[in-house]
Amino acid sequence: MPMPETVSLRINGKELSVAPGTTVAAAILIAGHSAFRRSVAGTPRGPLCGMGICFECRVTVNGEPHARSCQIECMPGMEVRTGD
Amino acid sequence: MTEAHVSCDVLVVGGGPAGLTAAQVACESGAKTILLDDNPAFGGQIWRGAKHFRFDNKVLDLISDQTAAQLGTTDEPARLRKMPGWRVVAAPRPGVATAESLSETNSIHFQKLILATGARERFLPFPGWTLPNVMGAGGLQAMVKSGLPIAGKRVVIAGTGPLLLAVAEYLKQCRADVRLIAEQASGSSLFRFGLSLTSHPAKLFQAAMLKARLLTVPYLTDCWVTRAEGKDTLERVCLRQESKSWQLECDYLATGFHLIPNTELAELMGCAIENGCVKVDEDQQTSVPNVYCAGEPTGIGGVEKSVVEGRIAGLAAAGLAQEARKYHAVWRHCARFAGRLNETFRLREELKALSTDETFVCRCEDVTLAQLRECSTWRAAKLHRRCGMGPCQGRICGPAVEFLFGWKPESVRPPVFPARVESLTQADVEEKSS
Ligand SMILES: Cc1cc2nc3c(=O)[nH]c(=O)nc-3n(C[C@H](O)[C@H](O)[C@H](O)COP(=O)(O)OP(=O)(O)OC[C@H]3O[C@@H](n4cnc5c(N)ncnc54)[C@H](O)[C@@H]3O)c2cc1C
Ligand code: FES
Repeated sequence: MPMPETVSLRINGKELSVAPGTTVAAAILIAGHSAFRRSVAGTPRGPLCGMGICFECRVTVNGEPHARSCQIECMPGMEVRTGD
Repeated sequence: MTEAHVSCDVLVVGGGPAGLTAAQVACESGAKTILLDDNPAFGGQIWRGAKHFRFDNKVLDLISDQTAAQLGTTDEPARLRKMPGWRVVAAPRPGVATAESLSETNSIHFQKLILATGARERFLPFPGWTLPNVMGAGGLQAMVKSGLPIAGKRVVIAGTGPLLLAVAEYLKQCRADVRLIAEQASGSSLFRFGLSLTSHPAKLFQAAMLKARLLTVPYLTDCWVTRAEGKDTLERVCLRQESKSWQLECDYLATGFHLIPNTELAELMGCAIENGCVKVDEDQQTSVPNVYCAGEPTGIGGVEKSVVEGRIAGLAAAGLAQEARKYHAVWRHCARFAGRLNETFRLREELKALSTDETFVCRCEDVTLAQLRECSTWRAAKLHRRCGMGPCQGRICGPAVEFLFGWKPESVRPPVFPARVESLTQADVEEKSS
């Protein structure tokens, strides 16, 4: 079996390579960010449910805001921004 | 696959153990069946990504073979259509469901509908629970399954229910440093539960407990997290067991308080709800004719209950209710186990006192406990504080508020998930054309 290739994406401008199938949420944690966004009152938040219902893992993906990173797989060349 | 209308005899919503079994049985019984799940892969909470699971080869084929559009031989007309990555968001009129994928919207016309929408974790607020790296128990497991490296990370698992054990076992396999499992249920009720476990589903639970012990993770009962602390992310948790309290440094807290049935879609269809679960008859039919429900939404009971209910619902929906009767004995068995399970892992009153005035209860809108105390109903909390009005639509705070204040969330309005405008207009057109 051939070695799985890796997927390269950019998180807050920094290049990162992950295994195929990795979600954007996992990639953000791998990149060392635990705060994905700020809440209404400005407190840092990260993923809670891991299954698409809490909306705490929202980030900007390819310019699209409010994307639930736990439900999206990393794609080559993806641009991810946290902290909004 | 761009057509806006598709039709079938049996539509199955949810591709976990219940939905997969129902779809398999329905299409083998000759019904033209559509199976959809909002995840990119079938399997539901337990079988997702589990290629090694040995249960029923045909069910497993459904999971692993996602590109093949049909079950059975290739020269047979495709009786099963699988739609991974599709979510039902509205039910504009009887016999029609509106489903959307990331880029498309479809109206699905059906004769019979089987709801197998599963369950989610229940979360309870406590000081610090909004800190990053405080996750659900199933939540952290999902994160690891989807690529998060956990080897060597210090994890505390806390809350209640058998899921804590399953997650501990999984994380240990991934070489996490699981420091403690804190189970809020009392040791005596767990002991009684243990004694009552003599039969099949129960054995799995015993095996999980045994494994946890073999994995040398401390499993404390009557024990819970009182707060999570850290500057911008989790650094440590404070724990209590009887009069003893202490702190534990950790990288992740995996915390969940048993499960909550996903009843929203059933409610939207007008199905009667009883004690938080979808009410069904012995054929798994809900109070709405031609709408069936199987698995966790009818009561939390684990994978065996989901599978047998999926089988009964699939047969009944395909017109073979008589045949389904032979599974009733197994079902009763699973239901009894479910009853004991839910009794054992009932939430203790002390958990109501964990939050302080400043603790956010509604995480979407940052509504604090003090603000909720000024309200007298769920409706007032929504109107005055926007509690439950954020994107999770009360899925996270609803069960917490119900536990803390006894308020029942109001009935569901479409869409059941924040949907695209396009889907809503399509649902609207369907409604008007009825
Ligand atoms: C987070 C979590 C983790 C769990 N982990 C374990 C475990 O490790 N071991 C164990 O024994 N049990 C586990 N459980 C318990 C588990 O619920 C049952 O064992 C079993 O998976 C139930 O099967 P089911 O088919 O009833 O529901 P599920 O497996 O939950 O399947 C329901 C499916 O329906 C989908 N769905 C829901 N609504 C819609 C909609 N509107 N449109 C389209 N699709 C929809 C869901 O995404 C899901 O895939 C877990 C439960 C949860 C909530
Ligand atoms: S972690 Fe809850 S939606 Fe992504």
